[in-house]
Amino acid sequence: MTETLDQIFVDLKHWLVSFAPDQWQPIISALLSVAALIGTFASLFALTTILERKGLGRIQNRYGPNRVGPFGLLQPAADGLKALTKEDIVPWTADQVVHFLAPLVLVVPAFLALAVLPMGRNMAVVDLDGGVLFFFAVGATTELSVFMAGWSSRNKYSLLGAMRAIAQMISYEVPLILAAVSAIMIAGSLSTQDIVLSQSGYTGWVPHWNVLTPWGLAGFVLFMIAAAAESNRSPFDLPEGESEIIAGYYIEYSGFKFALFFLGEYIGMFAVSGLGITLFLGGWLAPAPFLDWIPSYVWFFAKLLGLIALFIWVRGTLPRLRMDQLMGLAWKFMLPMSLVNLFVAGLWLLTPPGVTRWIACSVLVIGSYIFLARGMAQNGRVSKRVYRYAE
Amino acid sequence: MTFTFYLLCGLTLAGAVAAMSLRNLVHCALSLAVAFGGLAGIYLQLDAQFAGFAQVLVYVGAVAILIVFAVLLTRGSEPANEPIYSTRWFVGLGVATGVFAVIASAVMASKALPLGPLSAPTVVIRDLGDQLMTRYVLPLEVLGLLLTAALIGAVIIALHDNPPKTGDAK
Repeated sequence: MTETLDQIFVDLKHWLVSFAPDQWQPIISALLSVAALIGTFASLFALTTILERKGLGRIQNRYGPNRVGPFGLLQPAADGLKALTKEDIVPWTADQVVHFLAPLVLVVPAFLALAVLPMGRNMAVVDLDGGVLFFFAVGATTELSVFMAGWSSRNKYSLLGAMRAIAQMISYEVPLILAAVSAIMIAGSLSTQDIVLSQSGYTGWVPHWNVLTPWGLAGFVLFMIAAAAESNRSPFDLPEGESEIIAGYYIEYSGFKFALFFLGEYIGMFAVSGLGITLFLGGWLAPAPFLDWIPSYVWFFAKLLGLIALFIWVRGTLPRLRMDQLMGLAWKFMLPMSLVNLFVAGLWLLTPPGVTRWIACSVLVIGSYIFLARGMAQNGRVSKRVYRYAE
Repeated sequence: MTFTFYLLCGLTLAGAVAAMSLRNLVHCALSLAVAFGGLAGIYLQLDAQFAGFAQVLVYVGAVAILIVFAVLLTRGSEPANEPIYSTRWFVGLGVATGVFAVIASAVMASKALPLGPLSAPTVVIRDLGDQLMTRYVLPLEVLGLLLTAALIGAVIIALHDNPPKTGDAK
């Protein structure tokens, strides 16, 4: 019974595909997977917008949307209709072709990145030998779309926003990949399925997830900070910065193109959270052996919603960083910390299991954290600001 | 097989031609990114996953961005008034012919493979990593040294100027 429930979507797809003639079967199978993926994550996007607005409303001591449907639950539908019916305004001086292509170049790679994430047992759209590499490769193309949007609008604010966004994305991609490499090194594989399977098993009630080791905890925290910066989420939302550069690179977009940018950002956030779950939180594995009867995809999406809640909470709590603080955090703290973490993961891999391994790795991680954080605190002392050009 | 190959070839060549012939430098850089993407597609079609993904990660993700930044920070993206075809086109033709001759001679000198369907090579990324860390470790170290030197050079160039002494400013 649990087995059928666990594999119900896989079996359903196989059953549907078996109706097609033989030579069409691979194409039909791929189309079904892609349709399910897009449908699921587009609905999750709609759900997340309402959760985010409600959550931020709660944190800011107001109601949030409550007019459309019961408790405002139909607000995403109203937002979608509004975006569809709004006039699509393109600035007269804008570069028409590049301006049109930019939102597409953002959304397509975001959905492509989802393809390698295992969302349940046997439930990844493609299982590539280099799955994690594929994820980072398609993720890197979003930088180009941000530049295209910012440059083609012929607007100072949008170009400023694009420059900020690209500088931020390039800087935080380094700790993001280095944090992911520690988990890849332990699993010994770039395939997302193998990485999940390498975290299976329990000691008593405690699962063998990577996050429950010294290097895994440090790696997970580094990964999530870098993920927030990569998806331009608060406190790293300088590229949008409503109060200073209005909305950054998508200031000149209206109607459905604006909605596409919104969609692309949220799908990117889901994708990078999904990779964090795969690498550190045990993917679709249950957190305790007696909870194993709950289907695997439920666990994946429960973890995903948990991380989304974390992102919303952080957005409602932390103020925006300044540009120099942003760069300082990336290069002076997160880069050395992720390099140390890589070394600790190597030590963990090469030493025999036992208490000494735990103590040695924990001391290394905590010691380097204290050392680097002290250094940051001393560098961050407020001094008189020197302007090069403005005086 | 052949249809996707010709499609990717067309995409790559169109991107490369557009990168040479468009007037706006940013458009050229973006077309170059398209050509890089087409090349990555050809690698993937040849079952070279690592090369394909690395091509996207490095060329589309980093090199194209670098070119775009360089264009924006130097001469501006406005189209120049001079003609796009250089008057010394024969020099370029000579260089291109030379490069083509070198590659062609290398291809012609290589051992011919038997025609017909070959079994796809089963190179997994793990093997690539093993080879890089054992047999090709020296080239890897040399490359690392070169990149470190380039990085230090870039930092030195970009170092903050000394703040002007009070008095002689303004």
